[in-house]
Amino acid sequence: MELHSVGENAMMLYLGEQTSPEVSARVQAAAAAVESALGNDLVDLVPSYASLLIVYDALATDHLSVAHRVHNSIRNLGEMSNREGRTVVLPVYYDPEAGADLEAVAERAGLDTDEVIALHTGVEYRVYAIGFAPGFAYLGEVDERIATPRLATPRQRVPRGAVAIADRQTAVYPATSPGGWNLIGRCPVRMFDPDADPSMPVSVGDRVRFEQVSRNRFFELGGELE
Amino acid sequence: MSLRVTQPGILSLLQDGGRYGRHRIGLTNGGPLDAEAFYYCNRLLGNPPGSTVIEISFGGTRLEAQVDSYICLTGADMPLHINGREAPGWQVVPVRAGDEIAVEFARHGCRAYLGVADGFDIAPSFGSSATVMREHIGGLRGDKLHTGDTLPCRAVGDRRCLSLPPRWRPRYQEHVTLRVIPGYQQSRFSRLQQRRFFSHGYTVTDRCDRMGYRLEGPAISCEIDGILSEGICAGAIQIPPDGQPIVLLNDRQTIGGYPKIGSALSLDTAHLAQLTPGGTVHFAPITPHAAHNALHLAHSFRQRAPLQEQQP
Repeated sequence: MELHSVGENAMMLYLGEQTSPEVSARVQAAAAAVESALGNDLVDLVPSYASLLIVYDALATDHLSVAHRVHNSIRNLGEMSNREGRTVVLPVYYDPEAGADLEAVAERAGLDTDEVIALHTGVEYRVYAIGFAPGFAYLGEVDERIATPRLATPRQRVPRGAVAIADRQTAVYPATSPGGWNLIGRCPVRMFDPDADPSMPVSVGDRVRFEQVSRNRFFELGGELE
Repeated sequence: MSLRVTQPGILSLLQDGGRYGRHRIGLTNGGPLDAEAFYYCNRLLGNPPGSTVIEISFGGTRLEAQVDSYICLTGADMPLHINGREAPGWQVVPVRAGDEIAVEFARHGCRAYLGVADGFDIAPSFGSSATVMREHIGGLRGDKLHTGDTLPCRAVGDRRCLSLPPRWRPRYQEHVTLRVIPGYQQSRFSRLQQRRFFSHGYTVTDRCDRMGYRLEGPAISCEIDGILSEGICAGAIQIPPDGQPIVLLNDRQTIGGYPKIGSALSLDTAHLAQLTPGGTVHFAPITPHAAHNALHLAHSFRQRAPLQEQQP
């Protein structure tokens, strides 16, 4: 475990060097511990794969006080890291009309598309990080057999709800945006809705399972294809 | 009651102090690029700190007052005209319903702050009115100002016409020294590379916006190409594989996987954001202690800056 000053009002806590469910659980536990230890001096937290960025109010406290409180708060992290997130099930319509790269992913893996779907739905993923865009949740890890590198040339436009793979990560695009991930299906659930409370169906540390739905069911659930 | 946009200019955005505590759902900070000029704008007007103003980049913005109130323009040197007559910047100026307020193109610097007495009344989104166009959040419709937009504000009749004396105003230069707290992957840059970074000048490229300023100069190499994606604080200096530094600002992505050599002080990124392409930058290392002191000094300096009453 390492804690460093990284800016005038920010410290970075590293909790491991690899992506793993254990490290992610430690990040989660540390986030909760730091939040209660810093109280109103805390401005923001960014939990990620193996690290926690801690942004504090630099006019109310300083890095020495923050370091002291963070160290104290994470002393008993081992006992706290058993906390489990929720499990969220996300419906996906897998089809070349909904995921333009589904066939290419299958071909690259030497599988048929049903096998790709079975592998993608057969794993319980963990939300490792949220970023890139509001509501963009990085989920891992994808079965090695269907891990697919990013496109050489990113698309100008990936539709909202696109379910995609990049290496051993998978995600649902929360909004229409440019993107270089391989599209394999479409999810009707909005991953980010500024008018909803909560605005996201998942948070870091939660588990996500994908469930295959038919074209009709996809539309019933509010999905759209353009 | 409002100010109506008759010409939006190149980029005019409603901004308050910024959006905080929302990184966990991927929302960035937004807020004024030049927090110092923003602060003075509200202080001169007697507004609560962090009241919503318009951040005008480059200029060319015109509004029509539909209310009797007071305005104030701070930041970059953009001539202010009211009904065609020049009015002073860094000073509270009365306006009456029907007046035309014109903020011309910048002669120096590139971000100005146009505030109104009591601030613009904009419904907050995730606790803030700060407009982040990339996220389509804040301001009006999550977008920059357009012709015909009306910016609600109150009729105010009793403000003093305060000004900030010239010697207290920030001076925007073509060269900015960024004080940098070494951190993040700093140890993955060799001593030679760190020396190169801190001893050479860099030039602002045309890829500079509210997300970040991309600089050009001697390339800095890092032992590693990428890292596990991690949180990025304001001012973080990212070194992508081409070795050209990017100073990340208010609208940056909240996480990323490029190595970072440290973070620039917000007091200095306020001045960086006033640079246009061709402006030059140097980096100077400082300790977290020195940064802490500098922040407190600047904070108390701003609060003590004497304001002078002018005849309206």
